[in-house]
Amino acid sequence: MLETQDLTIRFGGHAAVNGVTCAFRPGTLTSIVGPNGAGKTTYFNLISGQLPATAGTVRLNGHDITGYSAPHRARLGLGRAFQLTNLFPDLTTLENVRLAVQVKSGKGLDMFSRASTHRELTDRAREHLAAVSLTDRADTVAATLPHGDQRKLEVAILLALEPDIFMFDEPTAGMSIDEVPTVLDIIAAIKKRGDKTILLVEHKMDVVRSLSDRIVVLHQGKLVADGNPGEIINSDIVREAYLGGAADA
Amino acid sequence: MLRSLLSDDLPRSRWLSLALLAIVIGLAVAPFAFPGAKSLNVAAKICVFIVLAASFDLLLGYTGIVSFAHTMFFGIGAYGIAIALTRMGVKGPGGGWEAIAIGVAAALVVAVALAALIGLFSLRVRTIFFAMITLAVASAFAILASQLSDLTGGEDGLNYRLPAVLRPSFSLSDGTLFGASLNGRLLDYYLVYAVSLVLVLGLLRIVNSPFGSVLMAIRENPFRAEAIGYRTVVYRTLASCIAAAVAALAGALLALWSSQASPDTTLSFDIMVDILLMVVIGGMGTIYGAALGAVLLVFAQNYLQDLLAVLNKAMAGVPVLANLFHPDRWLLWLGVAFILCVYFFPTGIVGRLRQKR
Repeated sequence: MLETQDLTIRFGGHAAVNGVTCAFRPGTLTSIVGPNGAGKTTYFNLISGQLPATAGTVRLNGHDITGYSAPHRARLGLGRAFQLTNLFPDLTTLENVRLAVQVKSGKGLDMFSRASTHRELTDRAREHLAAVSLTDRADTVAATLPHGDQRKLEVAILLALEPDIFMFDEPTAGMSIDEVPTVLDIIAAIKKRGDKTILLVEHKMDVVRSLSDRIVVLHQGKLVADGNPGEIINSDIVREAYLGGAADA
Repeated sequence: MLRSLLSDDLPRSRWLSLALLAIVIGLAVAPFAFPGAKSLNVAAKICVFIVLAASFDLLLGYTGIVSFAHTMFFGIGAYGIAIALTRMGVKGPGGGWEAIAIGVAAALVVAVALAALIGLFSLRVRTIFFAMITLAVASAFAILASQLSDLTGGEDGLNYRLPAVLRPSFSLSDGTLFGASLNGRLLDYYLVYAVSLVLVLGLLRIVNSPFGSVLMAIRENPFRAEAIGYRTVVYRTLASCIAAAVAALAGALLALWSSQASPDTTLSFDIMVDILLMVVIGGMGTIYGAALGAVLLVFAQNYLQDLLAVLNKAMAGVPVLANLFHPDRWLLWLGVAFILCVYFFPTGIVGRLRQKR
């Protein structure tokens, strides 16, 4: 189980995430919603270790991991896909995924064997590419992929990490409508397995409604609502947060 | 067999394959094909600089680390041999090898320890700051080397005797073969050649290993490499240590060849600029590029002047041109050649050749 307790980060005087206490149970998909600037991605960065918390704790299965580095957390099973595509641009699609597979295998420090001889890693990477239907792009350099395919590759890298906790940050942002189902089907498939914790930041309310077991609303860095999709989506506080946020902007 | 030797990193270009074959074979037959002290010296230097440039490519081209301390490790290797041979001397016809062993071992320990120290302390900072730190450390080291004259011989450096079998006076047989006398110099050359070949193949293996793929990932996107679970500081520091060790071995080879070590020939910033140029011109992140770059640069440094002298003679009497091709202008022409090279081959010679295919 993943928990955050009074998790806070301040940039100067501004608290981007302010005292968020929340727990995420295995087998559930929790959507985190809120207007732009509500602190959703920052909250993710605090959980996965890209930013250091000013106060509060992050716990994973009861262990305090607040002081752990990002790579340490990743190896403990916290998997993260990024909102802005964040790949290894000059490497091929297959190599991008293979690198993620390799983390788990612990072969990263092997200097004396040829990477090409580790067939099992390459095969596994190809399976993950197939899952996001990028098989025929395996040898394409990542930077030259169309945007939608880069988003899919981002998801494939997350799959390849085989984490216990999947954190998706707007996985379908900027995708064309016909590509969206590929990614949503993957998320649904992970959910179906029943033992994984899924955190999803998403703006598309229809996606949120159909996938979520639970919705958490962030507004100005604070957790303002937490409940099942039916009650949250129609609640005043969400409407106010979204419309208020839009009005501020 | 060949695939395994090259670690599956084939040249992937016909011209590159031909060039590499020419280098490997050319250097192998150099003592017989081009007899003479100068050409043998150039061939040995090429071997040493291929290793040095290739080890720098591991840092610059594969890991994205900009370091100006690479010649420091080169110098550590050279001084390791020089100091050991000077202090311990060469006793008897079979002597000197224990001094060489100790010198190499000590140099490797110092080089790796220093690289690890610099890496762990400063590889977390941004590229440009790291480059500055290495520049400072390397400068301090060069000054230290020239100041500690009791140990290093100061600005003059050290001259020492090599083991008997590596000296010109050691004769394998009385005759000559294709105009080359079969002496200790020849043995020395093939020692340099063989060790260089093994080191370059070793580097090729490292960059094509699972470890090497992580280095490239770090070069491409260190933030993401961390996010998927690689501790980038560890990998960068290891890469620095390996590069430092290989550079030290290259320095040791130079010391074993030239039987002298001085700040000018092993520690100077000019050498740092040279290996930077070798890697950039040859093509970063390819290892093969470092080899091509080293060959071209060492050749230019040694023969461009001669070529200009020929041109100068041919144009004697033509007013401006003769002056322009005066042998003293060789550095100018070297500079022009490099600018053209970088302009027309931004991805280096290897990058260009592989595009063509």
